[in-house]
Amino acid sequence: MLRLLNIEFQKLKYNKAAKIIVITYFVLITFIALIASIEFNFAGINFRIADQGIFNFPYIWHFNTYIAAWAKLFLAIVIVSMMANEYSHRTLKQNLIDGLSKKEFIASKFLTVGVFAIISTLFLFIVSLILGLSFSDYNEFSIVFSDLEYVLAYLVKLIGFFAFCMFLGIFVKRSAFALGFLFIWWVIENIIYALLKFKIFKGTQIADTIVQFFPLESMSNLISEPFSRLNFIQSAANQLGESLHRDYVVHWYEILIVLAWTTIFVNFSYRLLKKRDL
Amino acid sequence: MENILTIKNLTKKFGALTAVKDLSFSIKKGNVYGILGPNGSGKSTTLGIVLNVVNATSGKFIWFDGNTSTHDALKKVGAIIEHPNFYPYMTATQNLKLVCQIKGVSSPKIEEKLEIVGLLDRKDSKFNTFSLGMKQRLAIASALLNDPEILILDEPTNGLDPQGIHQIREIIKKIASQGTTILLASHLLDEVEKVCSHVVIIRKGVKLYSGRVDEMNASYGFFELKSNQNSILKEWLSKHKDFKNFKEEEDKITAFLAHELDAESLNRQLFKEGIVLTHIVKRKESLEEQFLQLTNNLN
Repeated sequence: MLRLLNIEFQKLKYNKAAKIIVITYFVLITFIALIASIEFNFAGINFRIADQGIFNFPYIWHFNTYIAAWAKLFLAIVIVSMMANEYSHRTLKQNLIDGLSKKEFIASKFLTVGVFAIISTLFLFIVSLILGLSFSDYNEFSIVFSDLEYVLAYLVKLIGFFAFCMFLGIFVKRSAFALGFLFIWWVIENIIYALLKFKIFKGTQIADTIVQFFPLESMSNLISEPFSRLNFIQSAANQLGESLHRDYVVHWYEILIVLAWTTIFVNFSYRLLKKRDL
Repeated sequence: MENILTIKNLTKKFGALTAVKDLSFSIKKGNVYGILGPNGSGKSTTLGIVLNVVNATSGKFIWFDGNTSTHDALKKVGAIIEHPNFYPYMTATQNLKLVCQIKGVSSPKIEEKLEIVGLLDRKDSKFNTFSLGMKQRLAIASALLNDPEILILDEPTNGLDPQGIHQIREIIKKIASQGTTILLASHLLDEVEKVCSHVVIIRKGVKLYSGRVDEMNASYGFFELKSNQNSILKEWLSKHKDFKNFKEEEDKITAFLAHELDAESLNRQLFKEGIVLTHIVKRKESLEEQFLQLTNNLN
């Protein structure tokens, strides 16, 4: 296993573009801290975002995992190109000739993807912990370490998404087209959702029930948006006579769906590679 | 002798096209093999199959004693296929280090192999700054990293300039002289003739011949004869049962043997008949001539 990780690490280590993007990614995550410094005047009242409770434990776990998940698109570029480049440089062929089996090839890529996800999760965990300890109103141990399922959901979300990128890279063979394909897939999922929700199953929950099984939708379902949980949004909504009630919980079956997709994507990648003549 | 590679009834179809048809041959340790065939005859496909990058439609191949999986067997093989493929953003040393990791060998050999192919002074240059000839030489260095039991070379001089071709040939000769089993695919017809002891000839995916180079044609060679009495010589040749035919070009007569006959006894016989030769040379057909004969016979 270490050998496979080493091989992949060696490939990435000297790739300047990949290195820059990975560094940007982690810098970007630390920039969540900058949100703390956002201040603005609203109807004569001075708002400081940090004071609105976004860095309160345990809410911070929800908020930060949701925000940081957006940055995964940066790593998506690296992952898609590390797959597609093996085709365009024809090094995949050379790797196999040199004695790497197709299974080992996929394993080395998936392990790397897994390591990316784990490092990102640990990194986010530490950044959030520091931010929380500096800004949170509650610092009791039991509160600090509650709601950690969001961190787990973040990890699963990243692994699932990266596995999808990996599959696209192998499937499309060209990084630019693979990223384009990722966007098209996202558009298609949304169009299908809109069709189901507003045309076919109008006024029911059936559309949501179906769409939660789609790959990208299942990943985004893991961590639902945290903004409407904020006090000031809630009270604003109340004043408008609206009450916001959403399901913020990370459900076990949501994790299961994403893990199922991960298995499917890794499996498909392997089968595709096995079937193809290079 | 120990088998290195055995191919049994290998067939590969690309849709309606059959690239390799029921091909069988085996490679034994210590010999130098050539695979000859015109472009598109299925050489690269065959090599691709045994190297695990092309899936066979049917048939099988066995590496070594058959107890190792293909990818483990490939760790004991050095192979260069068509174009040299490396990571363009890595230097020569970095690329070879990666190959070492894949093959599971230690890296001190890198400099030694770069030395063999004459790239040691460029070891820290990036692959994308290399000329085609240098890329090809790097590929050879990479194939040698594990001190392979067999070196597979698929048209290693394709697209190189004369100097590059010469360099590659010298390297191949050097490796062959060290006793490494080599499997060399086409284009180097004259090189195959000089280096290879065995040859497999395929055309349109069908094997035409496999065996020793010198036994390729059931041919006993031919004589090139010159005499001042050419008309008598021709008459004598046409009657003699040891010759199947002859042809005359200017004043030189080329007579093809039907049976074994050495130059001395021919000379003696002719002298007895009163025919004095001014020129006598016994030769075998070159591989190129035999190859063309074999591949054309099918048309």
